[in-house]
Amino acid sequence: MSGPRKMKGAEIVLSVLKERGVEVVFGYPGGAVLPIYDEIFGDNNLRHVLVRHEQGALHAAEGYAKSTGKVGVALVTSGPGATNAVTGLTDALMDSVPLLCLSGQVPTHLIGTDAFQECDTCGITRPCTKYNVLVKDVDKLAETLHDAFDIALSKRPGPVLVDIPKDVQFAEGIYKGEGERTSRVAGRGLEVDRGLVDEAVRLIRKSRKPVVYGGGGLVSGGDRAKHELRRFVELTSFPTTLTLMGLGVLPASHPLFLGMLGMHGTYEANMAMHDCDLMLAFGSRFDDRVTGRLDAFSPDSKKVHVDVDASSINKNVLVDVGIEGEVGEVLGLINDALEEEGLDRGLIRGWLNEVEMWRSRNSLGYKRDGELIKPQYAVERLYALSRDRETYITTEVGQHQMWAAQHYPFEEPRRWLTSGGLGTMGFGFPAALGAQMAHPDALVVDIAGESSFMMVLQELSTAKQYGLPVKILILNNEYLGMVRQWQELLHGGRYSESYCSSLPDFVKLAESFGGLGLRAKKPSEVDGVIKEMIETDNVVIADICIDPNENCFPMIPSGAAHNEMIFGDGEAEISEEGRRLV
Amino acid sequence: MSEGVEKRWNFVVVVDNEPGVLSGISGMFSARGYNIDSLTVCSVDNDHSCSRMNIVTRADERLARQIMAQIKRLIPVRRVDILEDGREGFVAKEVALVRVVSEGANRREALRIATIFDAKASDTTLTSFVFVVQGGSGKVDAFVSLMRSLGEVEVARSGVVAIHRGSEIPGM
Repeated sequence: MSGPRKMKGAEIVLSVLKERGVEVVFGYPGGAVLPIYDEIFGDNNLRHVLVRHEQGALHAAEGYAKSTGKVGVALVTSGPGATNAVTGLTDALMDSVPLLCLSGQVPTHLIGTDAFQECDTCGITRPCTKYNVLVKDVDKLAETLHDAFDIALSKRPGPVLVDIPKDVQFAEGIYKGEGERTSRVAGRGLEVDRGLVDEAVRLIRKSRKPVVYGGGGLVSGGDRAKHELRRFVELTSFPTTLTLMGLGVLPASHPLFLGMLGMHGTYEANMAMHDCDLMLAFGSRFDDRVTGRLDAFSPDSKKVHVDVDASSINKNVLVDVGIEGEVGEVLGLINDALEEEGLDRGLIRGWLNEVEMWRSRNSLGYKRDGELIKPQYAVERLYALSRDRETYITTEVGQHQMWAAQHYPFEEPRRWLTSGGLGTMGFGFPAALGAQMAHPDALVVDIAGESSFMMVLQELSTAKQYGLPVKILILNNEYLGMVRQWQELLHGGRYSESYCSSLPDFVKLAESFGGLGLRAKKPSEVDGVIKEMIETDNVVIADICIDPNENCFPMIPSGAAHNEMIFGDGEAEISEEGRRLV
Repeated sequence: MSEGVEKRWNFVVVVDNEPGVLSGISGMFSARGYNIDSLTVCSVDNDHSCSRMNIVTRADERLARQIMAQIKRLIPVRRVDILEDGREGFVAKEVALVRVVSEGANRREALRIATIFDAKASDTTLTSFVFVVQGGSGKVDAFVSLMRSLGEVEVARSGVVAIHRGSEIPGM
């Protein structure tokens, strides 16, 4: 190479993005990012999607990242552009989504003067990013951006924000390629403790009542983690439950799959967790939605926890064997040892029978109705009519999200894109746009609640502009449904501010944005609407008017243990203590 | 694991010297509800590329390990050592400047006690001293407490700095 390559800061930004294989940027222009937008204007190799609100850019980047495993990129301006990105960054941090958010900043000499559209972006986003940095020296820009990609993807993935003052975008600096610098996270690999692996294998070989509790780490862990988990289940025949974030890592149709666990998980999954003698937590983090009441959580089990993030081990639940490491790698070691040493499958025969007994309780069952559309029915029909296609499902947050998780089975990971940790209403629709950008020929459906969708409906305009034929299946009960459910169960049916009156006509709304609007009011209309929705090569809102009083069951009420589930047909009793929890 | 027993822990954290690192670490402590008893930070190498922080906190052993893991997770952190109070493996000291305002017998007593504590008078007026006292936190506590009984007192403390004993120097 003939000497260092010099170019403008804005050009450096685009060069790094392209060198790192970025195909699309989700963003919104403004004063402090104009030089970067000027570079985008002259560039035919990088697609830019103009969202209608920066929150949408971040969630779209998340949808792209979650569905591909690659880094999703968002571009926002200073001040309000950056503050609008905060929800998406926090969401990505909680769910370990690799993101790069580029934000413009006022010119260096104006920083600290309360300049127009100035805010302390790094200060504001420090607690909601894996790492963030303000770049004041254009010669460090390329290196910093390469590091940002490495950091976003390394170990437990997460969002990285790079704040770039406008004068740095104009200034000329040295370009460094990926291979021309030492990565900031180089040499931070993990050495797996073989002694702990042996200890885990010993527990696995003698367990009579084991359960695998797999989480989002198995998805982040890529093909290796998926392969090793499936190999483990084949080797051991251990019943396996997955968290909301892990769905699809083991095919839902697998006979040893117990369904999702936790607050709205299946009876068999939660009972297995409660009664097991060995819990194998692979890439999961003992979230409160999973554990329920901690002092009654799986009281008689030994616990093995494998996680790439050491801080997740022994954080909420004390475990017997905590192994820090890439979950796929550790599982591989465990599998190799099991293959060598063998395993007596006879030990767990009685346990598997017990699990089947719980399964026969059919905890996801619901009463069908000839007049009212049950939300579970709508999700089941969506699955039946889309299962033969390459389908990606996103969701908003609330009852519809749980019904989707319960009734739409996933055979592969990265097909289910939902906001788990932060629980962000308004995630699903922009995330669907991001997933559709990544998979132009796939069917992408946002299973939504009407109230969540109302938070981000302006992105219909984005969908139309870029020809993204995303489907929004609204399970419309005219309520903030999960809020209403909690008010019914915990607050004596006093429905304070949870009824959503004055909703728009969603059919006309879709039409006004150039999309197609459909509506189903009776069960008999559901199939027709879903079929037409799937067949239409345009953005579609399917307004499914569901039974407004349907609740999401089964449920572990807050403050209860795994073996204290309530069902749709039972009386709910929730402790005073439980009422105080979220 | 001796769970439940709360004691003092001294974290020695070596970080990349860049803006926002202190805020990142102190912010993590407040966000997760951990205590900070004292915190010191200063650049300690020749080229100022890294800083060394000393953070003293109260926690049981399990929480201390969790805090350690949370600190390690931060990207600018190069190294974390956890030093358990009461263990012999390290030296931990702090410095305090103690102004005591008193007259007569109390003033003479203050000077006598200062001698016992090996504290030097750095400033003197006819009615006051500023003493420099250094040592373990317990010694500084005791000195301050004695001075309080002799007059009006103002205290400035550095917080604890700590380092391992022995001949082995860990890499940065």
